Amino acid sequence: MLKIQNLTKNFGGFTALDDINLEVEPGERLGLIGPNGSGKTTLINCVSGSIQDYDGEVYFNQDNLNSLVAHKRTRKGISRSFQIPKPFNSMTVKQNLLIPLEFAVESKNLGSGSIEDEADNIIEELGLGDKSDQLTLGLTQIEMRKLELARAMAVKPQLLISDEAMAGLSSSEVDDILAILISLNEKSKITIIMIEHIMRAVMGFSERVVCLDAGKIIANAAPSEVIKNPAVEKAYLGE
Amino acid sequence: MVMALAWNILGGYAGYVNFGSAAFFGLGAYSAIVVLQLFDATLFTQIIVAGCFSGLVGFGTGYLTLRLRGVYFAIATLALLVVSETLIVNWDYVGGAAGAYVLPKRNPDILGVLVVGKSGALFGNYKELLFFLMCTIALITIVICRFIENSKFGRGLAALRDNEEAAESMGVPTLKLKLIATSLSASIMGITGGTFPYYMTFIDPISAFNLDISVNALAMPLIGGTGSWLGPVLGALVLGSLQQVVTVTISSSINLLVVGLFLVAFVIFAPGGFLGLIQKYWKRGG
Repeated sequence: MLKIQNLTKNFGGFTALDDINLEVEPGERLGLIGPNGSGKTTLINCVSGSIQDYDGEVYFNQDNLNSLVAHKRTRKGISRSFQIPKPFNSMTVKQNLLIPLEFAVESKNLGSGSIEDEADNIIEELGLGDKSDQLTLGLTQIEMRKLELARAMAVKPQLLISDEAMAGLSSSEVDDILAILISLNEKSKITIIMIEHIMRAVMGFSERVVCLDAGKIIANAAPSEVIKNPAVEKAYLGE
Repeated sequence: MVMALAWNILGGYAGYVNFGSAAFFGLGAYSAIVVLQLFDATLFTQIIVAGCFSGLVGFGTGYLTLRLRGVYFAIATLALLVVSETLIVNWDYVGGAAGAYVLPKRNPDILGVLVVGKSGALFGNYKELLFFLMCTIALITIVICRFIENSKFGRGLAALRDNEEAAESMGVPTLKLKLIATSLSASIMGITGGTFPYYMTFIDPISAFNLDISVNALAMPLIGGTGSWLGPVLGALVLGSLQQVVTVTISSSINLLVVGLFLVAFVIFAPGGFLGLIQKYWKRGG
């Protein structure tokens, strides 16, 4: 589904991504881990189109995405949430969802209901029903994270990239978000890449884990193998 | 009022501050002069050409500068103003720095109907015709702004104003929407400029590209409120009237001082403008 070939990204003299090669299969749950500054967010910025001036190739369903800007990649089925929530603050929760439904989803993919109905369904699914008509400024951290996921879901993606959706949440809130992501993967067959620092969540969720360090892939295996990998231990804990 | 509404399409709805409104106004005015010189064009043709030309310049400027964000975009539009004025100052065909006189056509007609004349015409003189035209342009601009606010286009602009990166990743074609907004805004400013030569009967680069035009176009929506078409209308009525009162009772040179003081006061104490204040008290009352 997603194929990344020889992806390199430099910021001036700093190499954020160094010759990355990675494939993600349809329906897969992939965890992406690595210490701060290892290049995780840069990698998904390159995939989602937020960064375009990279070297290498990104393919999605056999289509080369290199020449496509971010909104066109979204319309092809790649959706992402942001590490720091970026809601549309002048809008209500529901209006936040209407934007992707109106701009990114073709009407044939909406089914028989209107986009308003679709927005209501997603809001209910994520437990934000009582906040539907509230401006986003008054939302709590967990509600903000749920809104990020709701907007990413509203795009009707084939591939959803969740960038630290659980940062700053309590243990029960982490479980809430995990349940939503697992349900999306199992019921809606959405491929999910999860970037996360909470090891309990990422190891429990992922079928495969990729670890980045200093812009390079240092491990790419099942969670049980990655966690024992000496290179991963070294990246997190040092020599 | 029209300039304020036009500014608000890009500045208020999309959040891109344009300091170069006077450039689009001036270019509209001077493109009217060019078609008058070349083809002896009628007032209506001048206005249409002015709108089209400023719209094209807006599109070009947008294409080159809209990848810049925040203060960089604002500086780029200010640079456009300086460049446009310098070009006109050095172009003798349209009068150069000395300016040009415009003599309104005598007894103009449309499809055989006399438009301006002493008897049997639609308007007694050009001032009446221009007043009617300006009111019509203002009404049409209000309708356009209302339409934008309730359209998919308007919702896309609001999303990119709130967060451009998030909007793009939600499928909003941000560059395309910004280009449409810039072209439309510039085109309306050009149309306003197109009426300027006939209104003044004399045009020179200093008055056509005056920074006061840019400042007023920006101050009126900020004082009235940028979220809706009503904001620029309120701002224009209040600020425009106040400026006239100050001009008549104190001095014309204090005009801009009044604008500046109002702008500072509103930015500090009422960032939502009049509309924000009204909504605040409405909620309290409710």
